[in-house]
Order: sequence, then C-alpha cells, then structure tokens
Amino acid sequence: MVASDVQTVTININGREIQAPSGQLLIDAAKQSGIEVPAFCYYEGMALQAACRMCLVKIEKMPKLQAACTIPVAEGMIVHTEVPEVIEARKSMLEFLLSNHPLDCPVCDKGGECELQDMTFRYGLGESRFTEIKIHTPEKQWSPVVYFDSPRCILCYRCVRVCGEGMGVHALGVVNRGVVSEIAPNLNDHLNCDECGACIDICPVGALTSGPYRYKTRPWEMNHVGTVCTHCSNGCKTTLGVKNDEIIRGNNRDRSGLNDEFLCVKGRYGWDFHRHPERLTSPLVRKDGKLVEVPWSEALKTVANRFSEIAARGGTIGVAGSNHTTNEENFFLQKFARQGLKTPHIDHHRTGDVVALLDALSGSTGSLGTAEDFLNSKAILVVGADLSQQQPFLANQIRTNVRHRQAHVYVVTPGPVREDQTAKASVRYTDAGTLDRAVAGLHDALKAEPELLIVFGDAIRGEQVKRLVEFGASFGTAVKYVCLVDHANSRGASDMGLYPHLGPGYSSVDKGMALPEMLGDATLDALWVVGSNPLKKAALASSTAFVVVQDLFLTETAQRADVVFPAAHAYEKSGTITNVCGQVQRLKPGVRTMGAKPDLEIMGLLAKEMGLKLGIWTHDALFEEIRRTVRGYNVPLPLIQTGGAASTEPVNGRIALDGRPELVVSSGDTLYTSGTLGRYSKMLNSLIESPGALYKA
Amino acid sequence: MLLNKRHPEEVLVLTKRIHEPGYDGSIDAYLKHGGYKQYLKAVEMTPEQVIDEVKVSNLRGRGGAGFPTGMKWGFVPRQSEKPKYIVVNADESEPGTCKDRVLMENDPHLLIEGCLIAARTIGAQLGYIYIRGEYRFLVEITERAIDEAYKAGWLGENIQGTGQTFHLRAHTGAGAYECGEESALLESLEGKRGVPRIRPPFPAVSGLYQSPTILNNVETFAAVPSILEMGGKAWAALGIEKAGGTKLTCLTGHLNNPGVFELPLGYPVEKMINTVGGGIPKGRKLKAFIPGGSSCPVLTGDEAWPLTMDYDSMAKAGSMLGSGGVVVMDETTDMVKAALRIMHFYAHESCGWCIPCREGTTWLKKILHRLDEGHATAKDIDLVGDLAKNMLGRTFCPLGDAAALPTISIVHKFRHEFEAKIAHTAAPPTAEQLVALN
Repeated sequence: MVASDVQTVTININGREIQAPSGQLLIDAAKQSGIEVPAFCYYEGMALQAACRMCLVKIEKMPKLQAACTIPVAEGMIVHTEVPEVIEARKSMLEFLLSNHPLDCPVCDKGGECELQDMTFRYGLGESRFTEIKIHTPEKQWSPVVYFDSPRCILCYRCVRVCGEGMGVHALGVVNRGVVSEIAPNLNDHLNCDECGACIDICPVGALTSGPYRYKTRPWEMNHVGTVCTHCSNGCKTTLGVKNDEIIRGNNRDRSGLNDEFLCVKGRYGWDFHRHPERLTSPLVRKDGKLVEVPWSEALKTVANRFSEIAARGGTIGVAGSNHTTNEENFFLQKFARQGLKTPHIDHHRTGDVVALLDALSGSTGSLGTAEDFLNSKAILVVGADLSQQQPFLANQIRTNVRHRQAHVYVVTPGPVREDQTAKASVRYTDAGTLDRAVAGLHDALKAEPELLIVFGDAIRGEQVKRLVEFGASFGTAVKYVCLVDHANSRGASDMGLYPHLGPGYSSVDKGMALPEMLGDATLDALWVVGSNPLKKAALASSTAFVVVQDLFLTETAQRADVVFPAAHAYEKSGTITNVCGQVQRLKPGVRTMGAKPDLEIMGLLAKEMGLKLGIWTHDALFEEIRRTVRGYNVPLPLIQTGGAASTEPVNGRIALDGRPELVVSSGDTLYTSGTLGRYSKMLNSLIESPGALYKA
Repeated sequence: MLLNKRHPEEVLVLTKRIHEPGYDGSIDAYLKHGGYKQYLKAVEMTPEQVIDEVKVSNLRGRGGAGFPTGMKWGFVPRQSEKPKYIVVNADESEPGTCKDRVLMENDPHLLIEGCLIAARTIGAQLGYIYIRGEYRFLVEITERAIDEAYKAGWLGENIQGTGQTFHLRAHTGAGAYECGEESALLESLEGKRGVPRIRPPFPAVSGLYQSPTILNNVETFAAVPSILEMGGKAWAALGIEKAGGTKLTCLTGHLNNPGVFELPLGYPVEKMINTVGGGIPKGRKLKAFIPGGSSCPVLTGDEAWPLTMDYDSMAKAGSMLGSGGVVVMDETTDMVKAALRIMHFYAHESCGWCIPCREGTTWLKKILHRLDEGHATAKDIDLVGDLAKNMLGRTFCPLGDAAALPTISIVHKFRHEFEAKIAHTAAPPTAEQLVALN
C-alpha cells in the first residue's frame, strides 16, 4: 500500500498523542507505540476472538471497558491502559484464569517461557482467593507429536485458529461448554493432520506439549541455535533447542527468517536422525568383502591412493553430489572433481528443471519469484505440485496470502491438493498432453490478473518450461516463476555446478557423463558419492569400480562402497544453503557427533592426503570465493551473517542445455518423508499419516 | 396446553384469538378470525410506511433487551447484494419465561404472519424460526402451521398473487441458553458452535450468513400484525409513553393464580400480584421480586410494590423489565438458595467462550453452595459480591452480566441471610466441604 493511501488518525493513549493508520486495531496501535496491552487470545494475523478479556482498556465516552483487540482506532479516541479500573480488570481476569489452572509450573514444559506465567507476574493479583476443588481431567495424547493437558488450557483458541486458518487443516475444535469446555480433535480422540506442531508452539501455556520435547528439559537449560531446516527446499529458519549435544526441539518462535513462525513436522520434529543408533561414527573400509571400522587416517589414505592411481592412469571417475550438502561443499566437490581428479563426470539428482527455467528467462529481469512473492502476489498458478505436501512453507505463504489479501489461486495438478480449498480454478490432468491443455484453458483468467506467480514442479521440464514461459510472457503482465526443487540445497547444487555440462553459475564446461551413464558404465573405475543414494533405485554396472561414499548412514549405496566416511548433517555444520527461490541462508552448527566430520572437512582432508592444491577449504574462505566467482552469489554478507535470507541475483543469459529433461525427477517426498534422513527419523516414521501420499488432499 | 384462564384485567391483543372458544390455531381458524389480513394490508403499504407504523407503535423488543423494533428494522440496508433473512428467536430459555410458547402453541399463524410482514418490509425471501431444543413439541406445531401456510398459499412463491416469495423453516436448537443471544443463535443456525459473535457488525447489517437479517423475539413478530390492524398510534396508546402496547407477562412463583397474562405496559406491580396473580398464598409478604427473568437484578418487596411494569420504571429502580418472566418470592424464600439456584443455571449455561463468565459462574456456584451448606466464612460473602462485580461488564456477551446482576443484588439486599448461614469459624473449609464439579 502506498503511504498516501492510508489515512492516519490521532489518538491519545495514557496522555500520549499517537498517530495510527485508520482502521488499525487499538491493541496494535498501542503496541507500535511501545504500550503493552496484554492479551492471550489476540494473535496478529488470526481471526479476532475477544475471548480472554485481558486487553480491556478504558476509552473515554464509552460506558464499559472495551476489548482493545476488536476496537479500531478512531480520530480523537482517548484511551487509558493503566488506570485503576483497567488494572483491576486485568487482575480479576488472571484470578479467574488461574482458578482452575493447576499451577504446576515447576513441572510444566512451558515454565519459564509461559505467557500466563509472565502475565501473572506482571499483572496478577499475587495471591489466589480460590479455595474450591479444581477441575481435573486426565492428560491426553492425540498423536505421536501432540499431547494435551486440558487443566492448563486457558481456551484462547489460538491452536484452533492456527490449525484451521493457518494450516487449512481444521483438525481442532472445542467440545462441551462452560467451565468444562475443552479443546479437542475434530476426529474423535486423535489428530489427523499435518502434525506440524503449530498448535503446540502457538499455545501460550503448557496445555499442548510435544512428544519429543515434553519433560526433557527446562527452557533455560538449552542452547538455542538458529539455523536452517535441512529437509525440503523451502529453507525455513529453525531454532534448535540443544542440550548435551542432543537436539530436543525445533521451533521458530522468534519469528526470525523468511518463514516467520511457520515450520512443518520435519522442521519441528524431524531432527532425531541425529542420534539414531545406526548413525555411522567411524570410517569403514572393505576388507575381505566386509566393511570394517578403521581410523580416519587409514580410510583417507586408502581413498587418496586409489583416486591418485586412477587419475594418474586416466581412469574414469564418476562423482555424485548431494541435494543436502552446503554450497561450499558442493563448490569444493566440483572443484575437486574437475581440477583435482580431472574428471568431467559429475552430476546430482535433479529434482526440478531450474536450468531450463533460467535459460528460458534469459533476457528478462525480475522474473524469478521469492518466498515473499508467494505472500504478496495477487495471483498464483500452481502447476504439477502438491505444495502442502512437498513445499509446506510455500503452501502456507499462499494460504496466508489468500486469507489476508484474497489472492487468486489457480491449480493444475494430477490430483486433489489442499490449495483446491481456496482456488479460483482447479484443473486436473493425466499426462503431458492434457497438462498443456489444462494450463492453456486458464489463459483468459490468468491474462486478466494484474500480476502472476507461476510455480511448477517436475511435471514441467525441458521444452515444457520454455512453452510455459512463453505462455506467461503472452499476458503482457508482470509474471514471475519459481521452479520447485526437492531438498534443502537442491538449488545450491544446481547453482554450484553439480552438472556434467555446467560449472558454478551455469558456466559452460567440458561435458561429462550424467549420473545414469556413470552408473551404467561397465568400465567405470571409481564412483565418489557425497551425501546421496543413487544405488537405491539403480544398479552399478561396473563390478570393479572403487566406490567411496560419504553419508550419515549405511545406505544402499554405502553398502556397495569400498570406503565409507561418516558425515555430519546440516545441524552439525557451518556453511550456506540456497532455498527453492534462490535465497541464501547460513547454517549454524548446534550439535556434534563424535566420529563424524562435515563433508567439507572430509573432502579437504582427502585433498591434503592426495597433495592437491585446491585452496583453503574453510566455509568462510569458500563462501568468499563463491561470492567472487559464482554469478548471482555476490550477496550482502551482513544479511547472511545475521541470519537473514539473501536473494541471489538470477543468472541472465542463455545457458547450454544438455537436452536431458528426463533426468529431472522429483523424489516424491511427502510431508512425512525426507529421503534418507526421513528413513532414519523415528519421529516421522511413527506418525500414523506416514508415509503419506501426494495428491490425496 | 399451557394456557391459564383469561383474567378480566388482561388487554387481549396478541392473545385475543387464543381465548376464543373453540379456537384451535389452525389456518382455517386463523383466517376465520381475520388472520393474514394485515399482511395484505402491508402489501398495499410501502416498506417505509410499515416501518413508520412500527416506530410509531413504540414496540420494543420483547426478548428482554427492549430495543426499539422499528429502529432495528430501519437499520437493514435497502439495497443489498446479499440476500436478506428473517430469523425468529424462539429460543425462549430465560428462567421464569414461558410466553413465546403460549403464542406458538396456540396461534402459530400469528407468528408466521408477523414474519411475512417483516419479510415484505425488508425484502427477505427466507426465514428461520429458531426453536429451543427443549421445545420439541413446538417444532411439530410450527411445522404443521408452516405446511398449512404453504398449502394455502401464504408461504412459498407468489404469495396470494402479490409476487412475493417467502420461505419459512423451523430450526431447532440443542438446548443452550446462550443461543438465545442473537449472535450465538445465528452461529448455531449456521451449524456452528453456539458462541456469540463480535459486534458490531449487528445482524441488521451482517447477520445470518453475513447477510442483512431481522432477528426478533417471537412476541415482537407476533405484535406486528396487530400494530398494522390498530395503527401504530392506537397500539402505542395501549401502553405508556416510550413503551407501547401490551406485554405477555409470565407470573410465576408464590402466587395463587400463576400464568401467562397479556397486560398493558406500565401495569402496576401491586395490582399485577394481588389482582391478576391472585395474591401471595396464605397472605404472606413479598420478599423478593424478579421483574423479567432471572438475569434481572432482584428487587426487594418494598422496592417492587410501587413500581409499574415498563422499561423505564424498572430501570429507575435498578432492574430491568426483561423478558416478562416475573418471579414472586414470598417471605419463606431462602435467598441464599435462590442465589445458588440462579447461579447453578448460569454456570450450567455459560458457553465457555470468555474467561470471566466461564470461570466466574462455576466459582460462584461453588461458593454459594458452600454458603448454603453452612461451610463458608464471612470472607466468602464478600468474595461472592466481588467476583460477580469482576464479571460485570467485562464478559464477551450479556450472559456474564445476567449471572452477575442478580447475584450482586441478592448479596447486597439480603446480606443478613448469608450472614446467618456462615460457619462461625475462621478455619478454611475441609476437603469434604468443598464442592466438586457438578
């Protein structure tokens, strides 16, 4: 909104003149002026309740105290928030609230970060006049994630709203009435939902608690480490609660980062692979056909010797990179392969045709969408993606956009998706032919939109991307595009040049073999797999190839390996990753695992062992090199350092395509699966919805 | 059939047919007694003229709040993209009140005609009669009457050749007092949990399905045909200035002749009790008086005697005319028990939406219970008054006030009765003396 569009009014709060935009709620106007009006049920962005009555204030010329959360400011309004009448009202509300509250703060998970506790200290009566028997109901478990302790509940309905309005799930409601009113799942006694845990995080008291966290710690005993979720490509900021090198919770209550306070089940609870009993903690070398634990020095020497020997005789070495490792690791890996091992054969599992999109957009500027565009664009076209399953944060952005800005959403998918609920039009397709027709059928509606964000999954690849961009360009309006990819750093792997035909920044390089060719090459001498599991679905043709794997677990590929290095995961390392929209964020190590090393360190040690001169291999130095040499990555450092998300500048220019669109295949992860990490997450596997299914909304 | 004998003091306007011998409330009987004629009259009038007549009549909402009906109808926007609705509040649940059922049971077509006129006035094509869950039998009666009206062409498309379309449905609540509050009623009618809405907007602008809605009490709608028949001025003259017409008054409690009587507004309390109500049994004295349902502040006998039954007189005395549910309590009444019974009701009926009402009513119920049992101390009496005051004016909807007002007045006016019951000990109550839920 342009500033001049907003009428401002002058109101007076506690004797202070305050300017506020007309129509703003009094509680927000006060907050922005640094005046706290306490409230439980009021929650910015959610439907108004006026149920907790904590925000009652005195407004002159009004007979009764008024709820500041539902009163819009009006010119000349004179408000008092600290007069005895108001102070008394707050005290009485807290007294009422605490009357049936168990006051079990010393054992409550929320103790120390509880809004009821804080408010009672600040505004409460100090002592209770309640001498009656408190109502007690037993605790309930609604899912592996969600536990509900009704007596602690203050019925602010935040959970009901965040589940319904926020997530579009509507799993929670209220049963009974009066003093025995209770939050309850709408489905009998259990939740059938996204298990996102938003209800738990948003709960101002300890009524909703999470299975992984409950009774494990007190909030002040943890270290809080702000990093980025390692699962899907959305790049949600998450703050890990860490105690004794164990992760015990993930949330984003400080609303830092691009995702505000949104996290899905994987971001909040999908970190327990960290302490999985099958986690590799020692290098393994195959001896007499068996993988046996060896010291790091021995494993490094074994690999260095074989790699040097194969490289020296001009043998064929294939390198498979990862969708999860950091930009620095990916950058260093391709440098290692191309400069150190002198092999052009490097690739990764491509989950979205980013290359085709960048090429098709060549010559245009401002055409790549960001996470903010999902929140602000007036119209959004979703093609071939189940966003709420695969891109949960982007789906949440769209829901918020629809809720607050009435965005028009158009959906073209092979099956039902949650976005159908609010879509202007939902069209189904069965194959590429019907997909094109389905998209074309929306032409008139889309052309009428003042702006449009087009989001597409792996159903659109190769020539189809070009056709889609031409379709968008034909409207003559501002159209932006986002090519969806699967994993935490899929976009970074692409940008850093883990392609047989493209180097960092999509520069042209001598063309090598793509992943299927490497695996199918019966004469392959060595295969180096970093954080990937290509042999899960394909066989390795060369029976004599020397296979080196860096991973957290003994995956199908690692089982075939000759040497396995135990790798660290994203919550254990530094570095940067790039999300689906090309936004770079920094990881912060929160925990350590004895025996495992970050991939960069493994590669660096290997380079050292082989005597290669590949430059300094610290994250900082490599990030500097990336900023200097990779197109689009000259992002502002302060933003990255302070936990912000910096948008990379889109590459503008033609890119050499390798004409292999069939290699672009989404791994099809759902809300409850996450490749190898998901397989080793007890939490995700314990969910009744697991493994979930796409297009079954 | 809840219908007492007519009393000669009654002024029969709404109930005039009911007392005719042999009148059975069928459409034939209704038409024979001049039914639906006022609708045809309304058809000849402009909507403004109808609203003006209602305004002139000084008809005020008969559900309890007493908001001027004509003004309420005037708030409905003339032009609206959305459909408009008529909703009848037949969720009669105020303790002491049983007047709407008399009208609906005995003369259901009167209500239908009132709705029809209202629909004609604002241009609504669909109406709902929201009947309280406990009034099962009324659903059948109402539906039968609606059927008759459809068959005789007084509901449906092109009603009596006027070109007007109006459909009417009976809808039943599930037994929640809260759903008598208009916005909670609308929520319930929409199929949601019966909790009140944030107002404004008011139903006239955004009511059922967020569309302009006229929502009135049964008696209010039923009064409209007689207003058109007599003319607003004559109708107003039945009552007093500022409060026109008659009011169905439910005389309950310690009376020789309890029942529902149609009395003009401004009728003296003394005459109402002694003449219409036949006086208090055994010549006992009036101790306490509730003018219009249990949510009104309680008056002492001395306060009540000189009053008249109208909005202003009751307001001046610190109470309300309310819904017309008069409760007469004689000198044998235990006021602590009365306060407990009232609070028991509100604790049971609190919808649970907002904190002060949800927690306050049950807390008060528990203390009052202890007081009644003799397990309370002097401090508890003050606590009752305090908690009720803490609820007053701070709850989301008027239910909290409804629970607080009678309690405050009883504690204030009959404090000696509470004091007589307190335990003469400073020791806190033992676990056995405390009251568990329910």
